[in-house]
Amino acid sequence: MSILSQFDVLAIRREFPILQQEVNGKLVAFLDSAASSQKPRQVIDCLEDYYRRYNANVHRGVYKFSEEATFAYERARGKVARFIGATSPRELVFTRNATEAVNLVARAWGDANLRPGDRILLTLMEHHSNIVPWQMLAARVGASLDYLSLDGEGRLALEELDTKLTERTRLVAVAHQSNVLGTINPVAYLAERVHAVDAKLLVDGAQSVPHMPVNVQELGCDFLVFSGHKMCGPTGIGGLWARREILEAMPPFLGGGSMIKVVELDHSTYADVPARFEAGTPAIAEAIALGEAVDFLNRVGMASIRRHEVELLGYALERLAEVTGLTLYGPHTTEQRGAVFSFTLEGVHPHDVAAVLDSEGVAVRAGHHCTQPLHRLLDVPATTRASLYIYNTAEEIDRLVASLEKAKRLFA
Amino acid sequence: MDDIYREQILEHARYPHNFGTLEQPTVSHEEYNPLCGDRVRIDLLIEDGVIADVRFSGKGCAISQASASMLTDEIKGMDVETAKAFSKDDLLTLIGIPLSKNPTRLKCALLSLKALKAGLYGVASVDVDDE
Repeated sequence: MSILSQFDVLAIRREFPILQQEVNGKLVAFLDSAASSQKPRQVIDCLEDYYRRYNANVHRGVYKFSEEATFAYERARGKVARFIGATSPRELVFTRNATEAVNLVARAWGDANLRPGDRILLTLMEHHSNIVPWQMLAARVGASLDYLSLDGEGRLALEELDTKLTERTRLVAVAHQSNVLGTINPVAYLAERVHAVDAKLLVDGAQSVPHMPVNVQELGCDFLVFSGHKMCGPTGIGGLWARREILEAMPPFLGGGSMIKVVELDHSTYADVPARFEAGTPAIAEAIALGEAVDFLNRVGMASIRRHEVELLGYALERLAEVTGLTLYGPHTTEQRGAVFSFTLEGVHPHDVAAVLDSEGVAVRAGHHCTQPLHRLLDVPATTRASLYIYNTAEEIDRLVASLEKAKRLFA
Repeated sequence: MDDIYREQILEHARYPHNFGTLEQPTVSHEEYNPLCGDRVRIDLLIEDGVIADVRFSGKGCAISQASASMLTDEIKGMDVETAKAFSKDDLLTLIGIPLSKNPTRLKCALLSLKALKAGLYGVASVDVDDE
């Protein structure tokens, strides 16, 4: 395709061993990267290299393996911190995933800073991981929740900030990009508004950090959470970035080894950040491999990745518009939108759509995508979702559309 | 895929048998699959220990709708004790599609059986997967 001339997607595809596989006799078209991305060879090799060559616990042994593992683990922290524009690696806490990072903030920062009657502002497009921890926090401290609603195109109703952002609002938590609608939210604007009432802003970057240049200084947020497995890294590793002074003032989350200075019989003193929030043996191999994933993404270039996805996004919007009976949720233009397409097909249940697509080797997700409140707002029990990444092609979008036509014929 | 969307399944999904509700059901129970948002409600009219009439309603994929359609055909006229003993394997034999290696779609197929059993036993929910 000429539209992808600056970006050698075929060369990139060769870096992903899993994409060479056939499913049901057809080369797999993997269109579910919003759930979890595939991994390039160098990330897979990095995991194996750690276990074969220098596997040892970190921050403990004085022998060669442990020193090498510690060095690689902390070097990975530096790579990931730089990747999101942190001023220091000390602002980056390794977590299991974005979900754990939100829970960490809700427990450690939330319990210490929220009082009865305080308010937490969310949006109706949030993933359950950016709703449930705040419900649990609200129940613990006697706070209440507000939700920004959406307009007909699936964009935030920003005018509601005038009433829903109050002087009792302590925290606003919002997705940078919706995992269902693809909407990219105006985080920098939100940060200004949120800080004007002296509240904090948490940004769920699970769907943005893998797909576009993300810089916490430019976003102006106070917390950023993300998952490694959606950005070419392994499962079991993710990150929390927080403003240095906020992080340093936060009490611990989980107690255990590594997060302490001195342990007495009846009390302990705690380590400096970020170790204070990394109790127990961390996901060492996974953290090092996430650093490798960041190297891979940097080599391709985040701006190039975003450009590639916007080109595919424009093509997919055109092709999907040709499918009669298809209702696409979310913005219908490429403006401030990511390459995520959630839709329903008239007369065919989303699960059946996904099963027919699978028979054609096209992998998509069906269900509510961990956004039940959003699906209630859209008034559908479930949707089918196709999501694109660095390795996807226009030809795969053609296969998606052809498979949708097949599903329509089968259930007609 | 072509195994699970056999013509019989598609026919039942397009034109489900016993679809609707009963005006005065003896037992009525709705099951919800939070994974995919599917709902199946089963209404039973029980007379002298026998399922005299049955209807199902709800929304779901072809597998869950066809399964409910065939299950309600099967249990109409069945005595309650036999219906209580109707197992997951009985249902899979009845609908005749291979789902044992497809846990997600298995849940779709079993939704109506869960509704039937929870209704008959008068409990909030039953786990038919572990049978």
